[in-house]
Amino acid sequence: MTKVIKLALATSVLAGSLMANDVLNGSGASFPYSVYNAWTKAYYKTTGNKVNYISKGSSKGIKDAKARAVDFAGTDKPLSPKVLKKNGLYQFPGVVGAITMGYNLPGVDNLKLSRAAIVAISEGKVAYWDDAVITSTNKGLKLPHKPVTFVHRADGSGTTFNYTYFLSKVSKEWRHTYGAKKSLNWPGHQHIGGNKNTGVASLIKQTPFSVGYIDYADAKHNDIVMASVENKAGKFIKPSLKAFQAAAAKADLNPKKDFYSVIADPKGADSYPIVAATFVLVPKEKPATDKKVTAFYDWAYKNGQDIAKGLGFVPLPDSLTDKIRKYWEAKGIK
Amino acid sequence: MEKLFQKISFTSASLVLALLLGIFVTLFLQAKPAIDEFGFNFIVDKRWNQEVPLTQTGNLTQDTTTVVQTPEAAEDDDMIADEDDMILDEDDEDETATKTVYGGLVPILGTIFSTLIALAFALPIAMGIAVFLAEMASKNVAKYVGIAIELLAAIPSIIFGMWGLYYFAPIISDIFGGFQVSLLTAGLVLGVMILPFMAAITRDSMNTTPDVLKESAYALGATKFEVVKDVIFPFSKVGIIGSIILALGRALGETMAVAFLIGAVYSIPEKITDPTISIPVAMALNFGEASGLGENALFYLGLILFILSFAFIAFAKFYFLKRSRV
Repeated sequence: MTKVIKLALATSVLAGSLMANDVLNGSGASFPYSVYNAWTKAYYKTTGNKVNYISKGSSKGIKDAKARAVDFAGTDKPLSPKVLKKNGLYQFPGVVGAITMGYNLPGVDNLKLSRAAIVAISEGKVAYWDDAVITSTNKGLKLPHKPVTFVHRADGSGTTFNYTYFLSKVSKEWRHTYGAKKSLNWPGHQHIGGNKNTGVASLIKQTPFSVGYIDYADAKHNDIVMASVENKAGKFIKPSLKAFQAAAAKADLNPKKDFYSVIADPKGADSYPIVAATFVLVPKEKPATDKKVTAFYDWAYKNGQDIAKGLGFVPLPDSLTDKIRKYWEAKGIK
Repeated sequence: MEKLFQKISFTSASLVLALLLGIFVTLFLQAKPAIDEFGFNFIVDKRWNQEVPLTQTGNLTQDTTTVVQTPEAAEDDDMIADEDDMILDEDDEDETATKTVYGGLVPILGTIFSTLIALAFALPIAMGIAVFLAEMASKNVAKYVGIAIELLAAIPSIIFGMWGLYYFAPIISDIFGGFQVSLLTAGLVLGVMILPFMAAITRDSMNTTPDVLKESAYALGATKFEVVKDVIFPFSKVGIIGSIILALGRALGETMAVAFLIGAVYSIPEKITDPTISIPVAMALNFGEASGLGENALFYLGLILFILSFAFIAFAKFYFLKRSRV
């Protein structure tokens, strides 16, 4: 008897969950996972529509989108219009985040890192903290004669792609020798890799005289001191939501090119330079499902701003979300 | 009934072989493009994921026609071309003729070294624990220490990884200098992880030594040390070697804990306190974002690990166990 009741319960729950509302499945980039996760929860609370997002990495997200294994996919690396067309996909940006230079120098705060210094550190060419390339922009700071330990991501990641993309924009030499990649064989000897952002955060915290790139959300969450970074206009900008927003507003994201662009190193005197947009892919032939996906993102652009800010991400500026909505309309997926 | 029973047990037994073969074939097929591209030089090449101008790739110069282009690889290739489009200015174009080279030497050495450090650290301690538990400790002490050892074996490896990173690594770098995450840190934590396996199995096999043998030795005037050395060790040799093989298998393939502790740097360590990388770690860390030839190269590494562990264990089994039986 109990068996029958259990069975009835199970089937009713199953049927209920299938019938009740829409369920959307997405997978891909891990960079925006915390935001997407918070958004989906809030979205479910207010609308009753369920959205699942599994963080697998951008490459696997692109694969899933190509194979039509999911309703939408996240990628930190945008696909070109050519590739999108070939695979029958549409693309639009989801959220903007920033990468910071976290460091651990006992007794030193307000460190300023010039573009040249960041490249030199990443190339393993700065042996000691009192190297001229660092001291020249830090007059008045007493930097120790200690070896620089550079901390990077050990796993392949969109964060690394966006960071190395920034380096490629700043340095021609970097562009030719290493390029922009999701995982890299880092040059030099004084560097160590941390597993995921948590690993990088704890290595920076535990290793005196270290410096590394880490996304703003994790740096803030772990109380890591962040350096001011020189932007395109030659100004040193302290990482802050305002500076990221200034950067996002200047970013060149063109709907005609399916928003195909990496936004690192934007123009503008107040822009923080190492910013990154993360993108959403949806299949062309499923406008009905796509409408549900865009409805979710539309809701998130409108209502998810505080959630995104709280997690250290930047909501897209209104000028951009207007463009995205027009793009959806033009493609018939709004 | 008898026939059915025979059939069922035969199927179960052959399932293992089929699985092993299946895994091997899958690994091989996925690794095939990388094997074709890099050949056996992969094993001695210390470059991983490095851009090399086309004219400097050694024996592979200009011979791009031999690269097997599966439809999927072709797609991935134009993704990479796009990446170049995005970052390269027009005047850079003519210098873009590079290709990415993958070699497995660093992870292979990292795997072997970290395993050896772990064994060198764990083996004497495990033997000490086993002898203590089997021969010296009082029954009560032996019981509780025994339970503690078995619990240690049940701790998930991620916990060893986090503990190692937050608490153990700073201590190691204070004592030995160098980086916090290094070959040494990874090896020592690996040692702690395999210790309980070795200790527990060795204790169990020592406990099977017949009392008659021990008592006769004592009756002849042997000391405790002599009994352990000349009676118990020879008697439980098979079990001890079995425990080492099991521990070796775990150390070779351990991923999560080592991923946090080895530093994940593709360079051959000059000192024991330098960071490096091992095969399972390279695979785990890069698999999520790998595509095209990079993914094939990871499968190639996997194939090498598979063969490496197989060879290690087969060698140990046939060489030592055969000799101990004579």
